[in-house]
Amino acid sequence: MSALLDVCDLSVAFGDTRAVDGVSFSLAPGETLGLVGESGCGKSTTALALMRLLRGARLGGSAMFGGRDLLALDEAAMRRVRGAEVAMIFQDPGTALHPLIRVGDQVAEVVRAHLGLSGGDSRARALDLFRKVGIAAPEQRLRAYPHELSGGMCQRVMIAAAIACSPRLLLADEPTTALDVTVQAQILELLRAVSREAGMAVVLITHDLGVVAGMTDRVAVMYAGRIVESAATDTLFARPAHPYTRGLLGSVPALDSGWEEELATIPGSVRTAADVRGCPFAPRCPLASEVCREAPPLIEGAAGHLVACWKAA
Amino acid sequence: MNAPLVATLGLARHYRTGRGVLRALDGVDLSIDRGETLGLVGESGSGKSTLGRTLVGLQAPTHGSVLFDGADTAGLRGDALRALRRRRQLVFQDPSGALNPRMTLGATLREHLRVQGWTRAAVRERVPDVLEQAGLPAAFAGRYPHEISGGQRQRAVIARAISTDPDFIVADEPVSALDVSTRAQIINLLRGLQRARGLTMLFISHDLSVVAHTCRHVAVMYLGRIVEVAPREVLFATPRHPYTAALLSAVPVPDPVRERQRGRILLVGETPDPSSPPSGCRFHPRCPLASGICAQVDPPMRSLAPGHTAACHHSDKVGSVEAVAQAARGLTALG
Repeated sequence: MSALLDVCDLSVAFGDTRAVDGVSFSLAPGETLGLVGESGCGKSTTALALMRLLRGARLGGSAMFGGRDLLALDEAAMRRVRGAEVAMIFQDPGTALHPLIRVGDQVAEVVRAHLGLSGGDSRARALDLFRKVGIAAPEQRLRAYPHELSGGMCQRVMIAAAIACSPRLLLADEPTTALDVTVQAQILELLRAVSREAGMAVVLITHDLGVVAGMTDRVAVMYAGRIVESAATDTLFARPAHPYTRGLLGSVPALDSGWEEELATIPGSVRTAADVRGCPFAPRCPLASEVCREAPPLIEGAAGHLVACWKAA
Repeated sequence: MNAPLVATLGLARHYRTGRGVLRALDGVDLSIDRGETLGLVGESGSGKSTLGRTLVGLQAPTHGSVLFDGADTAGLRGDALRALRRRRQLVFQDPSGALNPRMTLGATLREHLRVQGWTRAAVRERVPDVLEQAGLPAAFAGRYPHEISGGQRQRAVIARAISTDPDFIVADEPVSALDVSTRAQIINLLRGLQRARGLTMLFISHDLSVVAHTCRHVAVMYLGRIVEVAPREVLFATPRHPYTAALLSAVPVPDPVRERQRGRILLVGETPDPSSPPSGCRFHPRCPLASGICAQVDPPMRSLAPGHTAACHHSDKVGSVEAVAQAARGLTALG
């Protein structure tokens, strides 16, 4: 099957600072890819670059989507893609929605702009979408302002707007991080259902390895602007190969075991800027040696399992 | 028997808002034994931070009382109050907001100790000492908060809290603002300090897996009330309140195989507005086990086993996450 999205050697630089450095991945139709990493690793920047929502950034590489390079489209063409073929939802739905416009109108606007529906038809479509994303009393909620809705409800509105034009790709940037755990469970279930039903591919950006485990087919782990490991989700959790991935998995407290044990830690703290020579993880890595002064390439060991580490077994 | 170090009796804290009275705490009875770490879990608006702030005296209760070392803290003034402040300290969620950006870490610590009546000479000796206990180099006394990482800032906040040699620490979401790899370092530090000093601690978190690694006992809060308290092994294996079961089932587990297999309880709706809580049991509109009595009668906390209490009319039907998940599935099938 040919890829829906093929990102090749993506780089993003702000002035002299490289935030994303040579990121490549591809996504099959209907597939869910987890993009995992800690703050400043470039996971959100990667998504914003694909949506061309970064001002003042220098982009490099390519991102082929349906025969076009998203990074090379002019603004008018990008506008037709954004929201219609590729949609995005954000961490904080409260600020992603316009505070002074009724939420129903914000969803209807997406349909009107991209599908050219009339006012009445677009409002009817918004009502359908509100029902689909499980908003209780949808007729009344259409007329609500964002501040009248809870965080979980706002995220449902965001999802309704995102799926309004049946996009083939959804970029979800920490969609449940701001929500309570029982509401997170509801929203993740909703995302699962809408992506399955529409065969929509999802890039799920998160720092939460539990969310990744339950939601994704494949995972790419980012560190300091680069992908350091990627594999099928089951493989990554069962046989992590990069020392950073192993460190991350070891430092997550388990709910039901090993309570008395010390948690494994990764010494030091996250590096943000990617303008380091050699392997970016080397200063914190227990296995680092001379060879790590040179940056390791991301290479395929076992089938579909890519690792950027000289020491990976 | 060991008397509890901290206890509350019918503790309530109400706020007047535009929409009426918000009952952030509405009748909380709690006790924490000396040397024990009690985990307090709950979602936003459950009142857990208000409880923590009331226990260290940053907020006065509207009704009820806070007992510290057996004595009511309400009437304390002057020196007695200052002495009590030394003995109970708070670690905040956001270390950036908890440190004065225009003061070096050393100046922050010195001020904290001087207010407590320490002499200059004693303070000079103490500062490098507590920085090291919190895992920071003594030279960090000269640094400003913006010059160090988030994890290091949280270490500085912890250094300040332990500097007066307190008996009791409230840690309010101490690792929520931190990255995964840094979070583990801070959890280990708090556990180490707690063990080495025999600290009594209230560890507030919305993250059950973090609580599991820090606390032997866990209390669950919902809408201004504590709904279940139990030793962690018991709470995680056999929760007796349906809200506890739902919380446990909602925590994502970093294991794809188990994530696919486990039963999940999807609650209906979200936490109601604390200024107009539901009648009867506050959880009944979202509860898969709710029956007629639940809408009318507020269930009292009942003792189910030594150290295990829960406030639910149907606690005998709970017993496990799976039992509640089954009831919830039945409900969706009917609905």
